[in-house]
Amino acid sequence: MHFEFNVEGGNFSKAGTASSQLKKILKQLNVDPRIVKRVVVALYEAEVNIVAHAFSGTIYIDIDTEKIEIKLVDEGPGIPDIELAMQQGYSTASPEVREMGFGAGMGLPNMKNNTDRLLVTSEVGKGTTVEMTTYLNS
Amino acid sequence: MTIKEVVKLLDAKVVSGEALLESEVEYAFASDLMSDVLTVEMDNVMLITGLANLQAIRTAEMSDIGKIIFVRKKRATDEMIRLAAENDIILIECDYSLFKTSGILFQNGLKPVY
Ligand SMILES: Nc1ncnc2c1ncn2[C@@H]1O[C@H](COP(=O)(O)OP(=O)(O)O)[C@@H](O)[C@H]1O
Ligand SMILES: [Mg+2]
Repeated sequence: MHFEFNVEGGNFSKAGTASSQLKKILKQLNVDPRIVKRVVVALYEAEVNIVAHAFSGTIYIDIDTEKIEIKLVDEGPGIPDIELAMQQGYSTASPEVREMGFGAGMGLPNMKNNTDRLLVTSEVGKGTTVEMTTYLNS
Repeated sequence: MTIKEVVKLLDAKVVSGEALLESEVEYAFASDLMSDVLTVEMDNVMLITGLANLQAIRTAEMSDIGKIIFVRKKRATDEMIRLAAENDIILIECDYSLFKTSGILFQNGLKPVY
């Protein structure tokens, strides 16, 4: 099964709608609630990152009987030092993002903790791609 | 503890999920930082927060948190109430501070997450 969602940078009132849609889909497919929670928590942090740090993005989701693969591709400033960005507490978030309850530098670590595989690639000045895989029978 | 008891202890008001007053809650987590809330793995957790916006509801939805208390006279908007209702999330508004709310609930047996 394949799904796609668009994400608008800066639009906090819509942040989380893709994650919410995926949650409904996974519930309907009778996926273990603990796995659903891990997947949607990771996706939500990634979705919020596009809203908070990029201009726009697309989420591609592929589900088969073995795994859930999610790819988030955004157009934005990119991440100059990915290793640094992955560290808990590192954040360049604006005061507006903090007011929304994010921007403590916990998003990427939360994604790592809630996925079986996380790959972040980025080109400065162009954008960032986040790939997450979760296995259904682990 | 039931939601009914929580509401009574805090002299609070239920603004969404009035039909779920008899449901039980065992744990509570107090934070305004949604990334922190998203680390909570336990079930049957109530969120106590001063962050009254859509992201608090979204965070609860993703974390399977079915109860939120907004402290310090923060009010839920119609859009927040609609989103909460869609996800069977109980919303409670309370005038007490985060500290007082947490203290009362802790004293009456709600357990901490960490
Ligand atoms: N999609 C993105 N585009 C550009 N920068 C990003 C993106 N995602 C993360 N970053 C950078 O990595 C940092 C850490 O991200 P994260 O751990 O989610 O924390 P936070 O979002 O709270 O700042 C961000 O502050 C930002 O500098
Ligand atoms: Mg983030």
